Amino acid sequence: MMLIPCPFCGPRTESEFAYGGPVRPPRPDPATTAEADWVGWLTEVPNPLGPVEERWCHLRGCGSWLTLWRDTRTHAIVGGPQDAE
Amino acid sequence: MQNDRLAKGGRIDRTRPLRFTFNGRAYTGFAGDTLASALLANGVRLTARSFKYHRPRGIVGAGVEEPATMVELLGADASGNRPVTTVELREGLAARSVNCWPSPAVDLGAVAQLAARFIPAGFYYKTFKWPNWHLYEPSIRKAAGLAAAPKSPPVGGRYETRFAHADLLVAGAGPSGLMAALFAGRAGLRVMIADEGIEPGGALLSRRLSIGGRPALDWVAETVAELEAMGNVTLLRRATVWAYREHDYLLVTERAPDRTGLLERTWRVRAGHVITATGAIERGLVFGNNDRPGVMLASAVQSYVNRYGVAPGRRAVIFANNTSAYTVAADLAAAGIEVAAIIDSRSDVPAEARAAVPGLPIRAGYVVTTAHGGRSLRGVTVAPRDGGEAERLDCDLLAVSGGWNPAVHLFSQSRGTLRYDDSLASFLPGDAAQSTCAAGAAAGAMELEAALASGAAAGASVAGVMPPDTPTAPDLAYAVTPLWRVESARGKCFLDLQNDVTVEDVHLALREGYATVEHVKRYTTGGMGLDQGKTGNINITGTVALAQGVPMQAVGTTTFRAPYTPVSFGAVGGLRDGPLALPYRHTPLTAWNIAQGAVMYEAGARWRRPGYFPRPGEAMQDAIDREARAVREGVGVYDGSPLGTFEIKGRDAARFLDHIYTTVMSTLAPGAGRYGLMLSDDGLIFDDGVCFRLDAQRWIVSSSTGNADAVHRHMEMLLQTDLPDWSVFVTPVTAQWANATICGPKAREVLADLGTDIDLSPEAFPFMSLRDGMVAGLPARIVRVSFTGELSFEINVAPRHLPALWDRIMAAGAPHGILPVGSEANHVLRVEKGFLSLGHEVDGTVDPYDLGMGWAMSRKKPDYIGKRAVEIRRATGKMRHELVGIIPEPDVQIPEGAPLTPGGHRQASEGFVTACVKSVAQDRWVGLALVDDGHARHGEMAHVRLKGGKVIAVRITRPCHYDPDGERLRS
Repeated sequence: MMLIPCPFCGPRTESEFAYGGPVRPPRPDPATTAEADWVGWLTEVPNPLGPVEERWCHLRGCGSWLTLWRDTRTHAIVGGPQDAE
Repeated sequence: MQNDRLAKGGRIDRTRPLRFTFNGRAYTGFAGDTLASALLANGVRLTARSFKYHRPRGIVGAGVEEPATMVELLGADASGNRPVTTVELREGLAARSVNCWPSPAVDLGAVAQLAARFIPAGFYYKTFKWPNWHLYEPSIRKAAGLAAAPKSPPVGGRYETRFAHADLLVAGAGPSGLMAALFAGRAGLRVMIADEGIEPGGALLSRRLSIGGRPALDWVAETVAELEAMGNVTLLRRATVWAYREHDYLLVTERAPDRTGLLERTWRVRAGHVITATGAIERGLVFGNNDRPGVMLASAVQSYVNRYGVAPGRRAVIFANNTSAYTVAADLAAAGIEVAAIIDSRSDVPAEARAAVPGLPIRAGYVVTTAHGGRSLRGVTVAPRDGGEAERLDCDLLAVSGGWNPAVHLFSQSRGTLRYDDSLASFLPGDAAQSTCAAGAAAGAMELEAALASGAAAGASVAGVMPPDTPTAPDLAYAVTPLWRVESARGKCFLDLQNDVTVEDVHLALREGYATVEHVKRYTTGGMGLDQGKTGNINITGTVALAQGVPMQAVGTTTFRAPYTPVSFGAVGGLRDGPLALPYRHTPLTAWNIAQGAVMYEAGARWRRPGYFPRPGEAMQDAIDREARAVREGVGVYDGSPLGTFEIKGRDAARFLDHIYTTVMSTLAPGAGRYGLMLSDDGLIFDDGVCFRLDAQRWIVSSSTGNADAVHRHMEMLLQTDLPDWSVFVTPVTAQWANATICGPKAREVLADLGTDIDLSPEAFPFMSLRDGMVAGLPARIVRVSFTGELSFEINVAPRHLPALWDRIMAAGAPHGILPVGSEANHVLRVEKGFLSLGHEVDGTVDPYDLGMGWAMSRKKPDYIGKRAVEIRRATGKMRHELVGIIPEPDVQIPEGAPLTPGGHRQASEGFVTACVKSVAQDRWVGLALVDDGHARHGEMAHVRLKGGKVIAVRITRPCHYDPDGERLRS
């Protein structure tokens, strides 16, 4: 049960959050992206052994989505979230 | 008669006898007893049968490490598979052994022993695999024993959960834990200290030691009193810290907290620091028939003698590879129990240990090769370890000590590393991964004075103060030489008593290629019992190390997982029980529905909704027919309030809807609406709904009832993360509007009779449009959508107005025979029309073309979510499941989910039935199905294959069984 820093509410327990998965590259422009690249964007999800950038939603709190870095080996939150200020 | 109760001593209250029954026989014990100590006091030695071979077993341990005797508690607080040593005795306790029938003495399953040599590790995996395990599972489960889950929840109490924050959580209130808590508490930290025992003190309760020149238990009492007087310290008794999760979050379950009415309370603790002062667990020794009743851990024997005033035997032999057992021998002798011999596998016994047992015979360099006796121990054969003449010693108690394992479970759960220590011959905490440190025996400080100093240093360190001086506490120096197994053993040598895993089983696993200790565990099941191998796992590691000729560190341990000891489901659930587990959501009409005799359903997202409204004596199907027919032929009304509803506004709202729906929304004029499909990035249908434009920048959007939260999350994620510069606000308004939907050919007449200032003519108020106005004197928003295929008016009002509106509708509709319509009839009507339902046709695998809804995929829009993925997938031309209608021939019902197979043969399926209803329009059963290449097969026959091989032929049709041109819903 992690303690997740919400930029609006402060550190809150994991059960208040919904997991949003690892952050993928920005959605490419379909007009200028080759099919193979599109399929790659769609299917290749980051899954590193170590820090991963991922999204969480403070669902049972303020409702905001936040982005942070979590080390998949230790669950330590090693970066972020981007602060509101 | 408590014949084996010592005349004096022990921390039991001899003035408070307690009556209890075990396997149907009546006994008495004393307050302060566990069920185990009370059974031993009554001379009961055979207490269990083993899991696999049904061998006779007795009590082995004195605490949570007990591997052999599990009991089932009967009566009001029934629970299964409790280690007998952890059951606190109380008046009227009723318990029975598991794994045997009818009793451990007369166990019909014991015939398994005869077949034992044919049941090696992996036997079940290899034998019961054809045609599949599930054919054999029920009878094997029954034979395997262990108690069944209680049939009903315990009465006379409840469970609860509390959340707590602490600067320091100390797990264990033995000497080091008490010391740590004391100095952290004195320094002003918020301290929580939890101990699993009936009373604090840990190992001190079972030993005769002194601290600062006075009895150690006096020091315990003083320390506990000081801690309890501190406002910043919480001391929990009977409370096990059983899980150490991420970010220093721990779970502690307290049994029978002091106040009445609570069975268990679970504390969810977020700690600043954690000190694991969890002590050490003694390990067994591995020799022939080392499971006979009467073979006990030496520390358990010491505990029964000193703490409970029980003589577990009359003539004892000690078998050890370390010094700690010498204090046991001394305590036995002091209690008047004959010690026939101390068998020490080491050739060199430290002089200090010899001095602790003056006059007792010591056989240095000897081992026990086998134990004798069946249902109770009668003697042991001892022999020099390096070979030589064997000799038989008579005894009824064998106290074994294979050394001590620091209880590293919590430390390891926290993902701290472990390292093997050669001098202690055990694994010790290594590098911490969280704010954790171990103290006392759990950190390898095996003697009392070192444990006290270790605890004090840990507590002071967390508090940031200088480590205090600690009192003197003489204890026999600990020295051990590992003996992972007796190589000259004869008979079965058990490594894991609970799961009947022997040395041979481990060797077999290694021979068959299960070369790591994790694989050995899974193949042999060693360490997978309720005790999680607390006494035996190290010997498995040792056996593997010996067989492979590698060091212990290279073999390592299996993973320590939560829970440390078994936890009841009630303790996990707490107050989240029954209706509180997931509360229902209600529309303003729940009371009316129930008063009308509706059978209430859950309609997704925990909304309570009427399923159907049976009249007295009316069958379910008749009620559904009647309601559905009213909508098709006259008029019906349903409460559509649970439908997910969002108000979306902002400069970029139209652009946003174009991005998330397949159809073009931005061209709609105010007051008009359009149906759309919402796809995921991978081009599969995620939801469907309708969007109505209120004005240039405001929209009302609906989603499936059960999907509303997910749709909301999806929209918010896009807006907050991918499209942060788009100006759009999403407000869920599902509960801000309630609605009554009047549907059927006479809907317009009923609405007109209600009185409204809105022009209801089809020209002024066409299908898929929205009007605000007054209805029956109430401010309302009417939406012309249809989920039934008939002319429909969805009248939205404030929730507080719905009951009044509903009553007026029922009155105005009475002359037309209006009926309330439940979700069953709604389902019939939507299946007749081939309208989609999430979880039926939309199962996360289909795209719009599969459902024949390619028309909903805009070609005008260059991009929207899912478009590219659908195009890429369809370009492959691979066969897809496609939505079709089905007409069963003959006219019978087909269960939802039934597979279609080619020709009805026993083959891989080519699709499945998504819905089947009794159509009122066609007066027969009709359905929908997803079938391979279905669009090209209209008119063909296909075959549903039911369980048991029954085949039903179905005609494939287009997926609309009623009014395919939609004239009625537009009327």
